[in-house]
Amino acid sequence: MTQKVKIEIDGRTCEATPGEMIIAVADRAGIPIPRFCYHKKLSIAANCRMCLVEAEQGGRPFPKLVPACATPVMEGMRVQTRSALAREAQQSTLEFLLINHPLDCPICDQGGECELQDLTLRYGKDKSRYAEAKRVVKDENLGPLIATEMTRCIHCTRCVRFGAEIAGLRELGATGRGDHMRIGTYVEQTLGHELSGNIIDLCPVGALTAKPSRFRARPWELIQVDGIAPHDGLGSHLHLHVRGRQLVRVHPRAQEAINETWISDRDRFSYTGLSAPDRLGEPMIKREGGCWQALEWQGALQIAAERIREAGSELGALIAPNATLEEMYLLQRLVRGLGAQAIDSRLRQQDFRGDAADASLPWLGVSIAKVEEQEGILLIGSDIRQEQPLLAHRVRKAALAGGLVATVNPYRLDLTFPAIQFTASPSGMLRELAALAKALRKRGSGTLRTLISEVKPTAQQVEVAEQLKQAGKRYRGLILLGALATAHPDYSLLRALAHLIADATRAKVGFLPAAANSFGAYLAGALPHRLPGARPAETPGLSAEAMLNKPRKVYLLWGLEPGFDLADPAKAVQGLDRADFVIACTGYRSPALERVADLLLPIALFAETSGTLVNAQLDWQSFRGAIPPPVEARPGWKVLRVLGNLLELEGFDYRSSEEVLEELRKQCAHAKPNNDPRGDLKKLPPRLSNGDRLYRIGNVPIYALDALVRRAEPLQANAEFLQVSLNPDQAAEMGLGAGDQVEIDQGEGKLAKAPVRLDPRIPRGCARIPAGLSGSEQLGPQIGPVSLEKR
Amino acid sequence: MSLKSTPQTLPTDPAVRENLFNPEIRAAIDRHIAKYPPEWKQSAVMPALTLVQEWNGGWLTIELMNEVAAYLEMPPIAVYEVASFYGMYDLKPTGRHKVCVCNSISCLLNGSEALIEHVKKRYQVAPGETTADGKFTFKEVECLGACRHAPVVLIDKTYGENLTPEALDRWIEELD
Amino acid sequence: MVERQNSVCFRTLHLDQPWRLDSYRSIGGYGQWERILQERPDPADLIEQLKLSALRGRGGAGFPTGLKWSFMLRSAPGQRYIVCNSDEGEPGTCKDRDILRYNPHQLIEGMAIAGYCIGATVGYNYIRGEFFEPTERFEAAVQEAYAAGLLGKDIGGSGIDFDLYVHNGAGAYICGEETALLESIEGKKGQPRYKPPFPAQSGLYGRPTTINNTESLASVPVILEKGGQWFLDQGLPNNGGLKVFSVTGHVEKPRNLEVPLGTPFRELLAQCGGVKGGKKLKAVIPGGSSTPVVPGDQMMELNMDYDSLAKAGSMLGSGAVIVMAEGTDMVKVLANLAHFYAAESCGQCTPCREGTGWLSRVLHRILKGQGRREDLDLLDDAANRIMGRTICALGDAAAMPVRSFLKHYRHEFERYIAQGERCVS
Ligand SMILES: Cc1cc2nc3c(=O)[nH]c(=O)nc-3n(C[C@H](O)[C@H](O)[C@H](O)COP(=O)(O)O)c2cc1C
Ligand code: SF4
Ligand code: FES
Repeated sequence: MTQKVKIEIDGRTCEATPGEMIIAVADRAGIPIPRFCYHKKLSIAANCRMCLVEAEQGGRPFPKLVPACATPVMEGMRVQTRSALAREAQQSTLEFLLINHPLDCPICDQGGECELQDLTLRYGKDKSRYAEAKRVVKDENLGPLIATEMTRCIHCTRCVRFGAEIAGLRELGATGRGDHMRIGTYVEQTLGHELSGNIIDLCPVGALTAKPSRFRARPWELIQVDGIAPHDGLGSHLHLHVRGRQLVRVHPRAQEAINETWISDRDRFSYTGLSAPDRLGEPMIKREGGCWQALEWQGALQIAAERIREAGSELGALIAPNATLEEMYLLQRLVRGLGAQAIDSRLRQQDFRGDAADASLPWLGVSIAKVEEQEGILLIGSDIRQEQPLLAHRVRKAALAGGLVATVNPYRLDLTFPAIQFTASPSGMLRELAALAKALRKRGSGTLRTLISEVKPTAQQVEVAEQLKQAGKRYRGLILLGALATAHPDYSLLRALAHLIADATRAKVGFLPAAANSFGAYLAGALPHRLPGARPAETPGLSAEAMLNKPRKVYLLWGLEPGFDLADPAKAVQGLDRADFVIACTGYRSPALERVADLLLPIALFAETSGTLVNAQLDWQSFRGAIPPPVEARPGWKVLRVLGNLLELEGFDYRSSEEVLEELRKQCAHAKPNNDPRGDLKKLPPRLSNGDRLYRIGNVPIYALDALVRRAEPLQANAEFLQVSLNPDQAAEMGLGAGDQVEIDQGEGKLAKAPVRLDPRIPRGCARIPAGLSGSEQLGPQIGPVSLEKR
Repeated sequence: MSLKSTPQTLPTDPAVRENLFNPEIRAAIDRHIAKYPPEWKQSAVMPALTLVQEWNGGWLTIELMNEVAAYLEMPPIAVYEVASFYGMYDLKPTGRHKVCVCNSISCLLNGSEALIEHVKKRYQVAPGETTADGKFTFKEVECLGACRHAPVVLIDKTYGENLTPEALDRWIEELD
Repeated sequence: MVERQNSVCFRTLHLDQPWRLDSYRSIGGYGQWERILQERPDPADLIEQLKLSALRGRGGAGFPTGLKWSFMLRSAPGQRYIVCNSDEGEPGTCKDRDILRYNPHQLIEGMAIAGYCIGATVGYNYIRGEFFEPTERFEAAVQEAYAAGLLGKDIGGSGIDFDLYVHNGAGAYICGEETALLESIEGKKGQPRYKPPFPAQSGLYGRPTTINNTESLASVPVILEKGGQWFLDQGLPNNGGLKVFSVTGHVEKPRNLEVPLGTPFRELLAQCGGVKGGKKLKAVIPGGSSTPVVPGDQMMELNMDYDSLAKAGSMLGSGAVIVMAEGTDMVKVLANLAHFYAAESCGQCTPCREGTGWLSRVLHRILKGQGRREDLDLLDDAANRIMGRTICALGDAAAMPVRSFLKHYRHEFERYIAQGERCVS
């Protein structure tokens, strides 16, 4: 351990690590030092000169004032932050900054929460002596998320450093020099990075503000409520800012172990989807001829209960993996209470052959914070920046610290850090992994043996294998499986190979949850093969795939849209069409849902209900409702409670969601995270052949993940639309060119049409045709054979 | 992990990179790249911009800056920052020549004001602008480091020393 | 004095085509480098000679060169760099240009020796972009030196490597500041770095680096040839050797003169033919535009060395002596200087970015006859608030002229404000 030193700040003795900056020590001790450019997560720029302090070392004063943010402490240092000289300097800096800063706080969106305003009140003079003309700066349109008023910019460069250091993508810069220096993109372009919204929080003044919430409220009118983000596997901590019955904006809440001080743009702006025009406000029922009619909750619930009772064990339930733990738990109680076995939340999976051997309680394999300490990471089937933006940031940190990051994916990723990317068709992915296993001298058994015997590792694969092994030796190796692996037709074999490589390298295997509560489903029992507490079910029920293949009498859909949220929408709709009755508990109406459903029950969404989400490292994160749900919509757990009562199921008299949670928690006392397969995954024959068929790669783009983000207008403004991305060589062979319209045929269902886009990142044999996008509702399996026909 | 002393790389597809500019410019830029450590291709950004600017007739377009960025595998914004910082890069169209008159102290003491006034009047051109016939862009510049010859004028790549308005006229006359 | 003139950096001036290798050879050039290649002396001994010589940095700050070199830990592993600062942008300064044009080989030899002393196998010479002809001269000399087997890898089988490259600037005074210069070589805007860490710990590409001015490095071969003691003896204690002064402004014969430190200003002025037109001397900026102005009468009594000028409240700086005759409009001169610093501020730190513009705008307003009485105190106060609070010394450089002009010539500013019209003393 490094030795500690003692220093004195304003007469107080503080303990510090040698080399730490004065400001960090002062912050810890709660001694305020004013600053603009300093931010503990960014490199030190020392450019604002706001933090100048007087210091002495060994009784000898420094010849000049020193910036507290850039002056490392040494034993016996004495610092004065409020001496006459220091105050005069701080006051001077403010005077200089205000020379060119507008003094119109009342009309500034940052007014009331502006660091410049605060510090001017505390440290500034009351009158400016500057009488010359002020700088006026033209604003750039940076896209739908961030509003600019660059005349207010004080050139602290936090936003520029954020791009370079955290996002890993420099979009903003400081061009020009002297007092002509401007912060911007220079070419007026939309900021496209998935973490770009964080510069709103970083900007100490009103130069960069959130466009969607701009001028919507003054900070002092807002109530701040804690929240948990409902999308990726982090469950980032949020501050929800509420005015009246409205959620006005979302900010990050610092949580070092999870989101540090950041949040993704998805977590920040998805709330805008809460007030989408197709939000469902009242229960509705489909009448003869397909027209919808509103009805009272009581009547609606009675109809629902009747139909469910009739279905009995013929009930099938599909629940979105971002539903709360309470909702999942109650829904599975209801299903199982009726003697039915069909409940699943793994909506985007198509290979369930490994269920018997499924990990007992999957998780990330290491804590979120530890990801950045890994020396070797193998990422299998994950477009990590799109799936888990902030986890991608941790992986980036690991890579920048010198760790190896290797990926096996069906297309090359745009990464902001060095990585070795193995890109191959879905069946090729198996061979890439087999080659890594072979490089590790593993022969495997069962199907793996055949796979491995057929491959020859490349020099690069040997190198990667070796580095993983070195990392594993120091317990710093991690193999992660992501959403593209989950959607893979041979997910079981991918997992088997991952475990084989892990065995040979002593790396840990970890899973990236598809959504905010995917692992919660194991604990709640919202899976066919798991009961509450992640206990294995003696007789596993029907998986999502099976229950759609063998249609149920009645389906209960919870929080999902059949055209967008299921692995094979075409087949799913067919299955749902054949049912007697479909009940959808949903936040929104949508054409696809209205087509298959008979009864719509409006439920509360993110921020409107209390509940719990379980993240990738299995933290149970509970939250309360911050705003009421719209019109007649109800929190999901309450809807399920009434249904349970109407169905006369026992023990459905919960008075609060906490009671539900308590009941579940008791059953989870023995649930331990464990990623080991509980049986054999490798006996299965591969579903994919090496043939030269074209495969669809149906990744889920970042802003297509769930019903809420799909309706967040600011995020959708520049989001991806449905295109068929092909390798240029492959397209040429097929006689296709950029912009050509093609019909996409996946065997069953209707055809979808989309334009062709050429992209060298796509390997031959693959067509990247995303899922979850408008136009993709009629398509077949997310990953599966496809043919294209030029129109 | 900071902007300082870490190259900011943004990889470019080799196929794209091999087709930027023309072979002579690529070779010239490559000679500069070879002067620096291999991971520091961005060190060649200034000479690359200089070469490309000259090839383009005196100024840089955004497209050209983007191509320099791609060639050196840097983020484009990092190239804009450099191009907009240094006074010798022009980001607007220029005339066929650049007439740069020093306006700093030694030249001021030796008659640069008269020289500047003369150019403005005689050629009807303000500093930063180009003559109507496109012959030259007029720039007032800070000290040229040749103060013992004040007043000093730099035309394209040549220093003119102890210039009088008449001598400057004669010189401008000779330009094509 | 005249006989010792031009005997260090300008010792080739009397030769025909002094920039050529054979010219330089003819006066014993590269003798020191060849001796090092053959004998591989202990670098510490060479650095000792430099310390003895009392050579102080000629770029402006006057830091002892030998001491600077000794900060480089030769034992530390990895790449190190020697960087020559030929950015020469300080108004009034035009000496390095002539060293590059007339004695490039001596600079190459100086850089190679410096590389050897600090353990650097690579050197960069940062030459300002406007110096087309000097760059050509220097690069041609580098080619000659490579061809003659004086540079490269394992030079002459000595096991010593030294590669030398040119990096051209592109028009930014701030790149003369040593860390801005390093940023510029790294392909960035020339924005000075906050120190510590100093370049000797973390410089170019994050590696230990020494930066010296052209004249400092070009002096080294002569110091080693004639001995540190000889060099010291040419000047004064703590002010060793000869120094090139660029004497410009209102003098009959503006020129560069390399004379012993301690030479009386009076003599220097006489060598330049006195004040232009036989006028009376009004004021002198003795060390480049950043140094405080000294009234003529006082200047006539001063000697040209670091300590004397410091005692008089100014600085030797880069040795650019800007002479102003009776009749010079001091308001206009100061406004011109203020404009320079505002135009050349890199823009990163607040007091300089905002303060230099402020100073310049107020001064130009006064110049236009729109001054206010409170402006002068404001100028002085604003300059004071820039001083010592910026990342690099450009802030001080902008502030010092303002403070000194107001101190010595306040009445001229007051008259401008009172009369609102041109005013000449
Ligand atoms: C704003 C500014 C401009 C400078 N310009 C130059 C310059 O043009 N040439 C130079 O040699 N030093 C210049 N310097 C000084 C350098 O930072 C540095 O001290 C010098 O190059 C070190 O070399 P020396 O010790 O040999 O003098 C400048 C300093 C500042 C603050
Ligand atoms: S003092 Fe001026 S030039 Fe120096 S770093 Fe600060 S802004 Fe840049
Ligand atoms: S003042 Fe003009 S060249 Fe120096």
